[in-house]
Amino acid sequence: MSRQHIISLLLENEAGALSRVSGLFSARAYNIESLTVAPTQDPSLSRLTLVTVGSEETIEQIKKQLNKLVDVVKLIDLSESFSLERELALIKVKKTDAIVNKVEALSKDSSAHITDETDGYLIIELAGEKPWLDDLLLSLTDDILEIVRSGVIGLSRGERALSL
Amino acid sequence: MELSGGEIVIQSLKDEGVEYVFGYPGGCVLHIYDAIFKQDAVQHVLVRHEQGATHAADGYARSSGKPGVVLVTSGPGATNAVTGIATAFMDSIPMVIITGQVPRPVIGTDAFQEVDTVGITRPCVKHNFLVKNVSDIAETMKKAFFIATSGRPGPVVVDIPKDITDPNIKVPYSYPEDVSMRSYQPTVSGDIGQTRKAVKLIQEAKRPVIYSGGGVILGEASEELRTLCHTLQFPVTQTLMGLGAFPGTDPQSMGMLGMHGTYEANMAMHDSDLIIAIGARFDDRVTGKIAEFCPHAKIIHIDVDPASISKTITVDVPIVGQVKPILLDMLAQIEGLGETFDRARIADWWNKIEEWRAVDCMAYDMNSGTIKPQYVIEQLYKVTKGEAFVTSDVGQHQMFAAQFYPFDKPRRWINSGGLGTMGFGLPAAMGVKFAHPEANVACVTGEGSIQMCLQELSTMLQYDTPVKVINLNNGFLGMVRQWQEFTYKRRYSHSYLEALPDFKKLAEAYGHVGMQITKKEDVEPALREAFAMKDRTVFLDFLTDTEENVYPMIESGKAHNDMVMAPSSKYKKGSS
Repeated sequence: MSRQHIISLLLENEAGALSRVSGLFSARAYNIESLTVAPTQDPSLSRLTLVTVGSEETIEQIKKQLNKLVDVVKLIDLSESFSLERELALIKVKKTDAIVNKVEALSKDSSAHITDETDGYLIIELAGEKPWLDDLLLSLTDDILEIVRSGVIGLSRGERALSL
Repeated sequence: MELSGGEIVIQSLKDEGVEYVFGYPGGCVLHIYDAIFKQDAVQHVLVRHEQGATHAADGYARSSGKPGVVLVTSGPGATNAVTGIATAFMDSIPMVIITGQVPRPVIGTDAFQEVDTVGITRPCVKHNFLVKNVSDIAETMKKAFFIATSGRPGPVVVDIPKDITDPNIKVPYSYPEDVSMRSYQPTVSGDIGQTRKAVKLIQEAKRPVIYSGGGVILGEASEELRTLCHTLQFPVTQTLMGLGAFPGTDPQSMGMLGMHGTYEANMAMHDSDLIIAIGARFDDRVTGKIAEFCPHAKIIHIDVDPASISKTITVDVPIVGQVKPILLDMLAQIEGLGETFDRARIADWWNKIEEWRAVDCMAYDMNSGTIKPQYVIEQLYKVTKGEAFVTSDVGQHQMFAAQFYPFDKPRRWINSGGLGTMGFGLPAAMGVKFAHPEANVACVTGEGSIQMCLQELSTMLQYDTPVKVINLNNGFLGMVRQWQEFTYKRRYSHSYLEALPDFKKLAEAYGHVGMQITKKEDVEPALREAFAMKDRTVFLDFLTDTEENVYPMIESGKAHNDMVMAPSSKYKKGSS
């Protein structure tokens, strides 16, 4: 049975390291839904988070192949632990009363807010779990002029940490 | 000591103990070549094509256990090397390939002879580096050798821009004694608990098979494998890459398994209740149809690469680590069992295997008036007393060599198993000769393969590396033709090689000895004559039966117990 997994890696912050990871996925025909990468507090290390879908066997093989890459220092499958995940989206819409009301209603129990207003256009910032974001964006489809999503990031909760 | 980047490259090789570099000069490596010129500790071998350099270094590595080293220029130098790099990668051969790159300021500008070497080679190397500073060269070279030779070995590319090899820029040099990398720590010893579980299964098995592969040779564990097999008295089958780790002439050997494996090996795999896979990776040419692979067996898998475990076949007891210490662990535990280890329980199993063996699955028509390719290999075995290093290209001749030349020692059988690279055999034979100057080296090839790296005959003359080329010339791309016979109703689409050269004259034109053998009775005398010419490369062009097939054969997607059997074997349908 196929399931979505969020895999986080600590990667040597070196030129070409990202392409080793992305190249592995295309070369071995693994799915990749999103991928996001940035340096950590230790500038020699990047943290890469990717979302992939596959059977248990495939995910196991993906993790082994990732670990085999010389630039991968450490790996964690966030889907295997109690973890927190977030994705950020910025969307551009034309300012209407309906939209403004909708965002205000959303802001009561989420982080949604209007982050910019320029010449009658709004940029709305939404951050949350991917399924929530997916549903919300679906309901706004007709209004969206432009959208950008960060891809999922996450941390395991409690003491457990992906660090050296 | 202050050295330039070019000098550091060569000094690093010297400090690494490298004897030979196989290479070809060009613009971006001229500074490095100038450094080669000024020393004589590291010998450079000038090939005729960069693919030849990689295969020669590969043959050197496979036959000696030491890493092979290649030096080529940027652009086409690097792209020509890619096939050889991929060949080494698929068979886990330790190599370090140094490629020149255009100067740093012009990288990315589509400069003359610029390609993204790191990008092109990424999927077919264990790791690669683009060195950005002259002061990083020595440490990168150390890392390259460390990565190439440790864990599951493989090729490592070091791409060096020309401007950091500038003879006018000198930096302090010291070669690191060792190197540690936080992101690369290969597993060494296996988990003792897993070994205990494995031994328990071994004690209970009634129909065990030891399935060993190239990892045993790479892990220098042939002695331990032999001791283990002899202690257990279990039947042994070896992969194409593993041949020689266990003696092919040993009574416990069932020969090779898989697509062109023996009847007894494949039937034993199918009926087995315990497979002990050692340094083998369940390649599709070995497993056949995955869903019907060893349906009754529990599987123990020993491998240094965790990613090889349960990749295609789910195993019951994985043991990750170097083969040698794991086998020693296992042996100690089994010896500890003493008399309680019951060998009598597999007597029936051996009886069954002997029945399968009696089918004589590789029998061919001995009375044929034509030269049968199998006959040539048998005579080669006889004339070289089974002691030669044999390289091969890819196709029918490769399978005939694997089937009819039983290897008793590791590192004697040198072939491109994973990638299946035609053109591998001749330069590989030259590489073997550099590692073993006194040994008999034969390159078993065909008229198709040999023409893919033929130019190295010239290098072989220059460096005086006498090899005997056994050309099994049937005028067909034999394996392609065989598949076309079996699955395309004999529509021989582009598998017939017209306008073949006169190989005898061609060999002579390169300064070697050429022979053409057209009669069966001349096969053995010709081989004797050729091997008597110790210091000459002899090209023996055997005009063989044009439509001989390799048997047995498991056709693509079929199971181990579903083989196409040789018409000359004693196999009767439904007799198994």
